[in-house]
Amino acid sequence: MIEATNQQVTLEIFRGDDDGGEMTEYTVEVQEGMVVLDAVHAVQAQHAPEMACRWNCKAGKCGSCSAEVNGHPKLMCMDRLDNYEAGETISVRPLKTFPVIKDLVCDVSWNFEQNSRIGQLQPRQGTDWLFTQREADRVQEFRKCIECFLCQNVCHVLRDHDRKDDFVGPRFLVRLASLEMHPLDDGDRLDEIKDEYGIGYCNITKCCTEVCPESITITDNAIIPLKERIVDRHYDPVAWIWRKLTGQK
Amino acid sequence: MAQADLSTTTKDRVLDRFGQTGRTDSWWAGSLATALGLGAFIVYSTFRALYNGEYDFGEASQLLAGLEAANQPTDKVASHAHLLSPFYSPTIIWPGMPKWLSPAFLILWAPGGFRLTCYYYRKAYYRAFFLDPAGCAVGEPSGLCGFKRGRDYKGETRMLVFQNLHRYFLYVALAFIVLLYIDVVRSCMWPVLDESGQVTGHRFNISVSSLVLFTTTTLLACYTFSCHSLRHLVGGKLNCFPDTAAGNLRHRLWMWVSSLNRNHMLFAWLSLFMVGFSDFYVWMVARGLPDTPLF
Repeated sequence: MIEATNQQVTLEIFRGDDDGGEMTEYTVEVQEGMVVLDAVHAVQAQHAPEMACRWNCKAGKCGSCSAEVNGHPKLMCMDRLDNYEAGETISVRPLKTFPVIKDLVCDVSWNFEQNSRIGQLQPRQGTDWLFTQREADRVQEFRKCIECFLCQNVCHVLRDHDRKDDFVGPRFLVRLASLEMHPLDDGDRLDEIKDEYGIGYCNITKCCTEVCPESITITDNAIIPLKERIVDRHYDPVAWIWRKLTGQK
Repeated sequence: MAQADLSTTTKDRVLDRFGQTGRTDSWWAGSLATALGLGAFIVYSTFRALYNGEYDFGEASQLLAGLEAANQPTDKVASHAHLLSPFYSPTIIWPGMPKWLSPAFLILWAPGGFRLTCYYYRKAYYRAFFLDPAGCAVGEPSGLCGFKRGRDYKGETRMLVFQNLHRYFLYVALAFIVLLYIDVVRSCMWPVLDESGQVTGHRFNISVSSLVLFTTTTLLACYTFSCHSLRHLVGGKLNCFPDTAAGNLRHRLWMWVSSLNRNHMLFAWLSLFMVGFSDFYVWMVARGLPDTPLF
């Protein structure tokens, strides 16, 4: 375990851009309580002031410092150096799924474009804005998202298959779930979720849930319930007959 | 400051080399363990289904009928409570049924389909058998068994759209739980024989085999009641739980299934193991393993 007793840590950091680059080694001194982001800042201060790194709150709440540390998509500010063995070289790479602008900084604007495709809450006419906590519980979990895009980065549909044209990614399925399951919402997005946002591309391998720094149960609480609602609408003949008989939507 | 020989370009991020990753941990261990576990169960259950024998024991069993037909001693079998392997429950046999047709194949499609389309097992076998992905943030193969991957990936939108039938397998699985609990009760009802060997009544007792069947069925019930589709059907489909008796009941049911659902993976593995073990135990009892009442 790396401890702060005059030890040094070696970092291997990607230096380059979307056309290519290389992993470059830097060694810095370890201070007590240091996280990977601190070590990257130490590299900037002592060895490479031109190295690009995005960060903001250093408290795991802004979602800016996402990177791949030893291959694991993580927030650098929440990854303590004492998680690693003494003498271990720690590799730091930018998110693989998005174009690299410079060094550890990626262009994540594709995510903002997806966000802008999704409409707002559509409350019923004359909505009474009071609702109970038990109705709020489910969607409250989704509000924890800090938009670090680690789930988008690790999702193999986007990362390995590059299906950004057909699949909106786990972060935005969570946002769609937060609207679709909202107790006051009256909108109907199920056809869009199936056909335009591509929920069928998700094969529920749960990597998004594994990397979420806010511990949102993305797959079980957002994506699978949405898939089940789409089964109700499109793949369940009994439910279809029931809707026809009862005149429900 | 030394430069490492590792290089990375981001242009060719589609169709990375299989296994390419920056991860330094044993990312392959989980998928390998899953492949071995599921593979072992598939091999064993297929063998036992093809074996088509020694799947029950005790009164009214096929084993007893076989002994009677062969004029062999039946005392030990006839005096035992009825045991039936879950692979063969319910046993569907009709006169003139072809010998090559195992009754197991007539029913195994139902629990098999339930597990095949289960949201947990989908994760498990997509990772372990289809390597899609083999691990999180690990490069995938560019093709598998003649199927191209990369941008040709369709997920569950085309060929795998049948996964949406999961709730129908759930309905059948719920019926199976009832049948399996009936088997547990039958395994506790020991025949009382008179001196001529005729059954005069039954007495309740427990044996190791009935405990094995009870544990198996209870784990199967936990696995079935923690199903994501059931969670949706009992209340997950609602956005509001009205403050009525029905609304409160559905909310309670939804909370209960949700709490079970958090351990769905655990129940999936434990029940899978116990189904195989209880079949093995019944098989061993049929082959002579002592199984006597505990009190």
